[in-house]
Amino acid sequence: MNMPERSSLDIRQPLLDSVLAGLVALVVFGPIVGVVLDGYGFNLQPARVAWIVGTVMLGRFLLSLFLHSASGRGWMQRFEGSGAGVQVLAPDYRSHLRWIVPLVLLAALIFPFFASKYLLTVIILGLIYVLLGLGLNIVVGLAGLLDLGYVAFYAIGAYGLALGYEYLGLGFWSVLPLAALAAALAGALLGFPVLRMHGDYLAIVTLGFGEIIRLVLNNWLSLTGGPNGMSVPAPTFLGLEFGRRAKDGGVPFHEFFGIAYDPNVKFLFIYAVLLLTVLLVLYVKGRLIRMPIGRAWEALREDEIACRAMGLNHVLVKLSAFMLGASTAGLAGVFFASYQGFVNPTSFTFFESALILAIVVLGGMGSTLGVVLAAFVLTVAPELLRSFADYRVLLFGMLMVLMMIWRPRGLIRISRRGFAQRPGVAP
Amino acid sequence: MDGIFLQQLINGLTLGSVYGLIAIGYTMVYGIIGMINFAHGEVYMISAYLSAIGLALLAFFGLESFPLLIFGTLLFTVCVTGLYGWTIERIAYRPLRNSTRLAPLISAIGISLILQNYVQLSQGARQQGIPTLLDGAFRFHVGEGFLQISYTKVFILVAAFAGMAALTWVIHCTRLGRMCRATQQDRKMAQILGIDTDRVISWVFVIGAAMAALAGLLITLNYGTFDFYAGFVIGIKAFTAAVLGGIGSLPGAMLGGLILGVAEAQFSGMVNTDYKDVFSFSLLVLILIFRPQGLLGRPQVTKV
Repeated sequence: MNMPERSSLDIRQPLLDSVLAGLVALVVFGPIVGVVLDGYGFNLQPARVAWIVGTVMLGRFLLSLFLHSASGRGWMQRFEGSGAGVQVLAPDYRSHLRWIVPLVLLAALIFPFFASKYLLTVIILGLIYVLLGLGLNIVVGLAGLLDLGYVAFYAIGAYGLALGYEYLGLGFWSVLPLAALAAALAGALLGFPVLRMHGDYLAIVTLGFGEIIRLVLNNWLSLTGGPNGMSVPAPTFLGLEFGRRAKDGGVPFHEFFGIAYDPNVKFLFIYAVLLLTVLLVLYVKGRLIRMPIGRAWEALREDEIACRAMGLNHVLVKLSAFMLGASTAGLAGVFFASYQGFVNPTSFTFFESALILAIVVLGGMGSTLGVVLAAFVLTVAPELLRSFADYRVLLFGMLMVLMMIWRPRGLIRISRRGFAQRPGVAP
Repeated sequence: MDGIFLQQLINGLTLGSVYGLIAIGYTMVYGIIGMINFAHGEVYMISAYLSAIGLALLAFFGLESFPLLIFGTLLFTVCVTGLYGWTIERIAYRPLRNSTRLAPLISAIGISLILQNYVQLSQGARQQGIPTLLDGAFRFHVGEGFLQISYTKVFILVAAFAGMAALTWVIHCTRLGRMCRATQQDRKMAQILGIDTDRVISWVFVIGAAMAALAGLLITLNYGTFDFYAGFVIGIKAFTAAVLGGIGSLPGAMLGGLILGVAEAQFSGMVNTDYKDVFSFSLLVLILIFRPQGLLGRPQVTKV
């Protein structure tokens, strides 16, 4: 707190706020935190309640004090004025960060030669979530459609590989495009009837759809093996397998090239293919948002009525975003299944959808760089900070609420370069 | 009419009346600020824990008689859950009143994750339960089989309808109810006429949470067990009920709840219990496709 301001500060209001907040916290947290059910009896835990109430009171006091000070008032005003959408940059604007993309690419190319197997798997997981985040970013960030059952399309991809291998004998490479198609088709089937209606319904219908898929995968024992899951084949390189010994008398990868057997090679291969896919998706997305369809997504997000008045077919525009998002999730699902070597329904709960949504929200809706960073932060950080694992969901929830209050457009705002006037043309 | 059908009809009605109570929370909030309160299912889950805690505390202090025990627990659960409703609105929705359309929805998802995880962390992940408080049942002979209606089910039906009647009275005959209806019709106009709409919105959240609290107590009495994940599925089902009846309409929420409850009970009695949730969610999708305004709702017209 700045000292000169303090004399003019009214200390009574913050104190009152703090006491009120403390009382509310006592009633709200008291019973659930303080009385822990144990069979039909209970254990009292007053110390935890005291901690929470104390923290709430102190936090409320400091917040109130800050908001009553001059800098706090200024901060509040800036807050309310930050509703503008896309930040438009000057036509000749060159970002200071333009060297970062080649640097990251270089790091991505060099890194596998030094990484341990554990680090490699963590990074692969991070890349899978980058793919999911990019896909959901098209749906939520660009088109403004809240999809809470995104994990269903991820499950379609993953189970597509498992079921395709089990019943049709398909491998990684043939399923990869098929899964993207199947997920897009499922997205179209689900989206077409729902997208005609008011936007909020889509959220709850997709939520229901996500649960339907999970419940069917869990209950259809004869097809999917239920909670026991299914095994998934490893990817192959031009038909060469990465195992120590190939099945059906084939030649494994390491024998064909005459190198020593290394179990990491499988993960290196997945990493390479995944990296290429992510780069491809990034490129496609970068082109799409400059095309009429991308502009239409964003316009529809900002004002649907105006767009329809201008003659945009809102159902088709939304449907294209929804299907593209779904097919990206299908791709991610195939990678996830072959990386794990095994799928079961517990990987596709609502929490996964919420995690992907958190990635999009934190990264900035519509912002590509933000989503890539957020995907790594939210998936790699919990791997490194195992001791906080219990609090992960709590932190995600708080993050979502705080981000919506503080910066509903995400940490990294979407920015777009403006157009220069052509010389010789009247403005 | 055979025995199984009647038995499932009774089960469905009790379940459906409770769905209706939770659906009221969705429908009132949607009617007044036009957002889907995703955290409402979690409020129900909290109230289930609170009612078990209330029962345990009251029993510990030596309260034995059933009416007093239930009444005390109900009072405790409704008050604390109502405060939850108020706090959630104050923290997560009010600052977003003028934000983008997606912001309150995402914030609601955040609150729902917070509540789930907070209950899991403080109460443990295992299933909790309460002892059976009301023993015994009415038995009737129907055809070859017989029909059994436990006292708990009768109590649930009576209490749920009493709760709905009380709410109808509040909405139609009190000053607060009049303010709610005015705010629902036109928020800006109500504000101009001197209604503190922020306070009305807070009250709507408190009323919705109180109804969810009644539902939490009743379901806990019926099934006896619950866990921190219980709010998710019941939340979607209650939302289905609200949409089925026409979102924004109070009688619609109650009617939708009863229909959904009966349909689900008949489905699990005749076809398969494993897929009863799939059945309810598919029903939701189908209603939204073919009759998005629900049974008693009016079609939405967007004005510029």
